[in-house]
Amino acid sequence: MKSTYNPMALPLLALAGFSTAAHAVKDLAGGPAVRQLNLHPAATRIAAELAWLHWFMLITCTVIFIAVFSVMFYSIWKHRKSVGHKAANFHESVTVELVWTVIPFFIVIGMALPATKVVVASKDTSNADLTIKATGYQWKWGYDYLAGEGEGLSFLSTLDSAHRQMSNEGAKGEMPDDYLLKVDNPLVVPVNKKVRIITTADDVIHAWGVPALGVKQDAIPGFVRDTWFRSEKVGDFYGQCYELCGKEHAYMPIHVKVLTAQQYSAWAAGEKKKLAALQDDPARVWAMDDLVKRGEKVYAANCAACHQPNGKGVGPIKALDGSPIVLDADKSKQIQIVLNGKTGPNAAMPPWKQLSDTDIAAVISFTRNNWSNRTGQIVQPAEVLAQRGK
Amino acid sequence: MSAVLEHPEHTAADPHHHAPAGWQRWVYATNHKDIGTMYLVFAFTMFMVGGVLALLIRAELFEPGLQIVNPELFNQLTTMHGLIMVFGAIMPGFVGFANWMIPLQIGAPDMAFARMNNLSFWLLIPAALMLVLTFFMPGGAPAAGWTIYAPLTLQMGPSMDMAIFALHILGASSIMGSINIIVTILNMRAPGMTLMKMPMFAWTWLITAYLLIAVMPVLAGAITMTLTDRHFGTTFFNPGGGGDPVMFQHIFWFFGHPEVYIMILPAFGIISQVVPAFSRKRLFGYASMVYATSSIAILSFIVWAHHMFTTGMPVTGQLFFMYATMLIAVPTAVKIFNWIATMWQGSLTLETPMLFAVGFIFVFTIGGFTGLIVAMAPIDLLLQDTYYVVAHFHYVLVAGSLFAMFAGFYYWSPKWSGVMYSEKAGKWHFWLSIVFFNITFFPMHFLGLAGMPRRYADYPMQFWDFNVVASVGGFGFGLAQVFFLLAVVLPVMRGKGARAPQRPWNDPDGKGAEGLEWEVPSPAPFHTFETPPRLNLSANKVLDARAQPEHH
Repeated sequence: MKSTYNPMALPLLALAGFSTAAHAVKDLAGGPAVRQLNLHPAATRIAAELAWLHWFMLITCTVIFIAVFSVMFYSIWKHRKSVGHKAANFHESVTVELVWTVIPFFIVIGMALPATKVVVASKDTSNADLTIKATGYQWKWGYDYLAGEGEGLSFLSTLDSAHRQMSNEGAKGEMPDDYLLKVDNPLVVPVNKKVRIITTADDVIHAWGVPALGVKQDAIPGFVRDTWFRSEKVGDFYGQCYELCGKEHAYMPIHVKVLTAQQYSAWAAGEKKKLAALQDDPARVWAMDDLVKRGEKVYAANCAACHQPNGKGVGPIKALDGSPIVLDADKSKQIQIVLNGKTGPNAAMPPWKQLSDTDIAAVISFTRNNWSNRTGQIVQPAEVLAQRGK
Repeated sequence: MSAVLEHPEHTAADPHHHAPAGWQRWVYATNHKDIGTMYLVFAFTMFMVGGVLALLIRAELFEPGLQIVNPELFNQLTTMHGLIMVFGAIMPGFVGFANWMIPLQIGAPDMAFARMNNLSFWLLIPAALMLVLTFFMPGGAPAAGWTIYAPLTLQMGPSMDMAIFALHILGASSIMGSINIIVTILNMRAPGMTLMKMPMFAWTWLITAYLLIAVMPVLAGAITMTLTDRHFGTTFFNPGGGGDPVMFQHIFWFFGHPEVYIMILPAFGIISQVVPAFSRKRLFGYASMVYATSSIAILSFIVWAHHMFTTGMPVTGQLFFMYATMLIAVPTAVKIFNWIATMWQGSLTLETPMLFAVGFIFVFTIGGFTGLIVAMAPIDLLLQDTYYVVAHFHYVLVAGSLFAMFAGFYYWSPKWSGVMYSEKAGKWHFWLSIVFFNITFFPMHFLGLAGMPRRYADYPMQFWDFNVVASVGGFGFGLAQVFFLLAVVLPVMRGKGARAPQRPWNDPDGKGAEGLEWEVPSPAPFHTFETPPRLNLSANKVLDARAQPEHH
């Protein structure tokens, strides 16, 4: 496995040690704060309850800790041989054992009671105003608005590709405050409405979590699980994928945009219009220039992270520039791979069948007519449609 | 010349003088002391290997952005760091202590199955080689986390199969070792040593051995199912074939949770030996300690799904596992109180073993409390798969298990080697370790509360400062262990140091360490207790020395 190891990195790192202060990193509203010590400020009732619960536990445990270790440190101070203390002889007491078994037992029960209330509340997904399915893919999220206002909307939410590049380049220079948290299409929801989130996945286990909203749920392939939140604040809230899902695990963030009811209605209406306009007619025949231009956008958003902007791939990821499959006159080979992916030892290309026929046709056409590939061939959406399910 | 490595039997009158020397002594070893030494050397080597991987991780995480490794390699590093530390360092380390000390502590001449003991050790070598060499296979080492969840494992390259093979071998070694320990303890205690007079270290290993036999086969099942899913057309965990990814987690954690108790109970045993010795006072509440350890072991079987609070299990499941997990805090607290009660009104001295033991109690308890906090299912929703969990388990495994092993090393190495380690170096090792340990892992609590996920090669800018602190701490901690190797371990193994008396931890009036291991000379002769010794009523002193061979 070739890794991008730069031998100069270690000594350079030693010299670096730039801190957030030197680079003027600011808190991200709805996301992490610089040197944040505690949980995120709560945007939902549940998150507020969780914050309370955490303080309760922290204070109780700290008090017990101080009490117990005061005794121990007192003993280390006063009962040392060097200060002349002679050892006593006692070594058991049933009473004492009972007391310090029973008291912790009651403390634990006392802790469990408030926790129970929150568990029960967090599981109650009934009577939701909005139901949205969050699907984990390698390596992005897909949101489908299943019920409530905005029903029918469906889009993918991917990390901003510039951020991914910045990561590869070592995060040098001025970095944005939402580094690794910015997506192209945030999940938009209205404020003060109960939003039920159904999580599932397309390939491996992911996890959908937004700390400020107090919510986290595994996204498991083949299963649908649900959770819910009701944001009481408008604004932007950020989360990340919380279950190791492969190499880009750190690069599939979650951005939830909470709007007022009016703003949300406006957004939903606008998106519906866009969706209608974008309904690509798969029977449409495209000209090469238009198709390749569209394909370039599709490539940058979906393929460049692995196959690289220069099409040369990296490590086990195959180069597209000069690839025999891309250059093959039989287009079905390349269409099949893009639709269905390729798995097995040494291959981890995910399927892309969720993209539209037009997008897939465009990106294939782009790869066939870019870099040093000059096949002059393009693929029409109808050809992609014909290959589906084969 | 090395005191441990040099063959101790050289008197012409000794009938056992034909014992092998050179490489054969080690390859054909059936002596519990030699095998114990080999386990400890192996464990320390693996600890260093796992430590290098950790330092690579911390070097990458020193700054946001990718500087040293790409994300695939990063995932390999985190996975292998976990697998090597758990299966290569901690578990074999404690087995090394078991081999050295159990026969000595119970007055037995050796382990029950001396040759199986040899096999248990030597199996570790090919297994460890297979595990480490996966880095050089096509596709690199496994990169699915030490928890190897399906279906991600179904995407891994051939190194996953190699790792599964290695885990099977490690499991077989553990199971055989555990059988050996149980049979030895149940059958070969010297007459008069009833179970309730046995040292706590022997008790904790007896219980741990049962845990191992119960759960290692479960891991074997989970990894075999992963193997057949990968290559033989089964779909246990592949939803495309009707399988259930969550079932892997259930099976894995049914092993995994008792596994973490397997890694801590022997530590409790060591602390229960060291604290009374340096308090010059008997362990407080011996019976209670035995019951508490047993309760912890039994409870450990019914809490596994607290690792799965975010998988979406029904309310009843979440509540049950939350309650059961919080319940384990009770016997654990009892043990902590008993240790402190042992110190209370004692006559304490703070040599290095006691420093590590007291350090253990202090820092392990912090880990215990953060464990209690994540045991609360609702709070776990926010903290699952964040650095808070990483902080928690490093507090209990490093400041817990590892510090206890250091305590045990400093306590018993005079008996093993016949020389005293450098007390000054030992104290330096302790203070450097505990300070740098906390610098490394305490900030991770904040990172977890702030939402930084685990197993991330790169992170948002706001997490930078605490990552810097953790990385600096990590390197400091690593250097402290190199110091330990150079200034403590190597001199001891080479026999450099003041000659250790038979009872290095006892005052002239006899107060201090108790146990049959102190009834034999330092270094312990190659063969001890060849005839069962006659014991006093408390079964901690030998009444006549006819059991000991004529020796300096």
